[in-house]
Amino acid sequence: MADLKQRIDEATGTSTVGHEWDGIEELDTPMPRWWLWTFYATIVWGLAYVVLYPAWPMVDSATKGVLGWSSRGDLAKEMAADAKRRAPTVNAIAATAITDLPAKPELMQAAVQGGGAAFRVHCVQCHGAGGAGVKNLYPSLTDDDWLWGGDLATIEYTVTHGIRNPDHKATRTSLMPAFGRDGILDAAQIGDVVSFVRTISRQEKVSASSSRGATLFADNCAVCHGAGGEGGRQVGAPKLTDAIWLYGGDRDSLTATITQPRNGVMPRWGGRLDPVTIKMLSAYVYALGGGEKGLAPVAEGAGADGQP
Amino acid sequence: MASPEDLSGQSAPLYEARKGVYPKAVNGPFRRFKWAIMAVTLAIYYGTPWIRWDRGPYAPDQAVLVDLANRRFYMFQIEIWPHEFYYVAGLLIMAGIGLFLVTSAVGRAWCGYACPQTVWTDLFQHVDRLVDGDRNAQVRLANGPWTAEKLTKRAVKYSIYLTIAFWTGGAWIMYFADAPTLTADFWTGQAALVAYGTVAVMTATTFILGGFMREQVCVYMCPWPRIQTAMMDEKSLLVTYKDWRGEPRGSVKKAQAHPGGFGDCIDCNQCVAVCPTGIDIREGPQIGCITCALCIDACDGAMAQVGRPRGLIDYCTLDDAATEKAGGTGQPIRKTLLRPRTLIYFGVWTAIGAAMLFSLGQRTRLDLAVQHERSPLFVQLSDGHIRNNYTLKLRNMETRPRRVAVSVSGLPGAVLWTDAGSREKAGQRIELALPADSVTSVKLFVAAPAIGPARQDFTIGTRGLDGDPRGDSDIIQFDRPEAGQ
Repeated sequence: MADLKQRIDEATGTSTVGHEWDGIEELDTPMPRWWLWTFYATIVWGLAYVVLYPAWPMVDSATKGVLGWSSRGDLAKEMAADAKRRAPTVNAIAATAITDLPAKPELMQAAVQGGGAAFRVHCVQCHGAGGAGVKNLYPSLTDDDWLWGGDLATIEYTVTHGIRNPDHKATRTSLMPAFGRDGILDAAQIGDVVSFVRTISRQEKVSASSSRGATLFADNCAVCHGAGGEGGRQVGAPKLTDAIWLYGGDRDSLTATITQPRNGVMPRWGGRLDPVTIKMLSAYVYALGGGEKGLAPVAEGAGADGQP
Repeated sequence: MASPEDLSGQSAPLYEARKGVYPKAVNGPFRRFKWAIMAVTLAIYYGTPWIRWDRGPYAPDQAVLVDLANRRFYMFQIEIWPHEFYYVAGLLIMAGIGLFLVTSAVGRAWCGYACPQTVWTDLFQHVDRLVDGDRNAQVRLANGPWTAEKLTKRAVKYSIYLTIAFWTGGAWIMYFADAPTLTADFWTGQAALVAYGTVAVMTATTFILGGFMREQVCVYMCPWPRIQTAMMDEKSLLVTYKDWRGEPRGSVKKAQAHPGGFGDCIDCNQCVAVCPTGIDIREGPQIGCITCALCIDACDGAMAQVGRPRGLIDYCTLDDAATEKAGGTGQPIRKTLLRPRTLIYFGVWTAIGAAMLFSLGQRTRLDLAVQHERSPLFVQLSDGHIRNNYTLKLRNMETRPRRVAVSVSGLPGAVLWTDAGSREKAGQRIELALPADSVTSVKLFVAAPAIGPARQDFTIGTRGLDGDPRGDSDIIQFDRPEAGQ
């Protein structure tokens, strides 16, 4: 440090810091006393903090601090407080029949929001973040076509009992026969049925093939899908006359479906989620696409009670 | 030359106690101007929350109110909602450019007259003079032993400090709630904890910063003087000691003994004695100078006493200083103030203000914000129509309930309905009832034929159905499946 030319500045009587930049020197002006005390105070604060709170990282965790504070503890407290805050609303939803929810807009809104949270945890894996489903795999919940019915009570039943759960008696079950694989219809006949289905959904014009298919349809398909292909909700048979196709409405897709149906499954949430959550979830699904029959849903057929 | 070791051993300590500043009372035009500014700013600060302003039953009747709980900002006739925060941003920009304008024209006038730190420090220095006496008495008392008199005076002085500080903190919270109600709540223990906390913090900071730290805030803590030095130029008015006229300085006696040997400065030190930051302006421009011009008053007084012309210390630009030093005369003050730089600042400042006023006059109090639901972008309906979902945020910013119509244009064959009804009730137009002073969120379903472009812009608009038909509209996208999908 021999090159430092520290000296006392004549004008101010203060020593310089010893550097020189193009002729400019800096005075080594003392800091004010209050600054020093503030500095000491920050040291005291820091030491106190280290003693009171988790601070030093160790091998597998940090020092605990004498207050025993942790961010996880804070979270647990917040969650408990939040559960307590929500309790009145949740209890009110629990005490209200799902069909009465739309008559209480505030409760319905709370249910839709709570259901949305549950949906994002349990349902988005198959039905997608917005309930739009996955093309040719999982049904969309946002449109106006419902396999089992789209009123609140029916949705709740579907969510509770699931679809085609082998170990559950009350589950919704429909089984479309594998017409091709099991040899009920041959390839030509399946082609004719496909032609007929595509004429009733206004995708093809009436042809010889579709006329033959009409007879085959009446014999093999009408029992579930209805004489005109209008669908049958008691057995979850899709409507075949509209523009919505679960597994595709083109010739190849329809042929594949008739040859070897897919028979999708949904877990039953009855055993996994509490009834209030299921109720809220159903309200959310109902609200996704506006549900069916507006705000005063009319149970389709016997609805929840009529299922096997 | 001393070695570094010597210096570190014996030079000034690293930390230094504050040197007391005991400014002397002074009178003069700048002091009176400072009084006036202090009176006006304090009156505005303490008085504004108590001005009433009738806005009808749905809004508070306080003229200036920052309603954090309900996210509203009221300023007389103007009501700002959170999404209109750009008005506040505009005000801040105007304040910034206003400071550029003032600084480029008259230097640190903000610091000298209007800065809260200056105003409260000035106020507390008057308290000092009131309790302890003027400068000399203050110095005597500060250096004297702790007698009963000193204890009493300190107790009285600090009590007055605390009262002022408490009043200052108390006035602050009045801007955030209804002032009369909050005052009653405050004294009956009913006010929110944050109110007491804020008053405590504001009282403490006023007491400490105004009562004790004073000029140290300006010199050590405030960034503004550093910024200002960069914003001033050689045409800005600064408080300047005209050393070419004053030096060499000498007392009247010396000057009489040696005619012609001395300048006008009689070295009476009055300029130092009255300075609220304790600097000697005769050492030239420095960061401690807040240009309050009290030294000008003091020097003019002294010059009048000895029969010399005023203005030995005066507002003067660096350019004029050079001119006068060379024997010339400075520019007239009008030319100093009205020059391209200040005029441009003023033009920009005025333009922003005018633009804000214009936009305030034009804005509707029925605001619409549309959000397109993106998951999924579109839904195929069973009859082949395509439905898109939107979330409408309708802000009724008037203090009365309103009925509005929502309709779409630019989307042929479209029908709309909300989640309050089913598609059977869908139509070209829906009517909604909006509560007063509120934001209503509505889920809007729009269905249109599947034939059309995959992406189509259309307009969702609102219209008032009662009185004021003005509304708002948003252009938003309608999505359809790509061909073949």
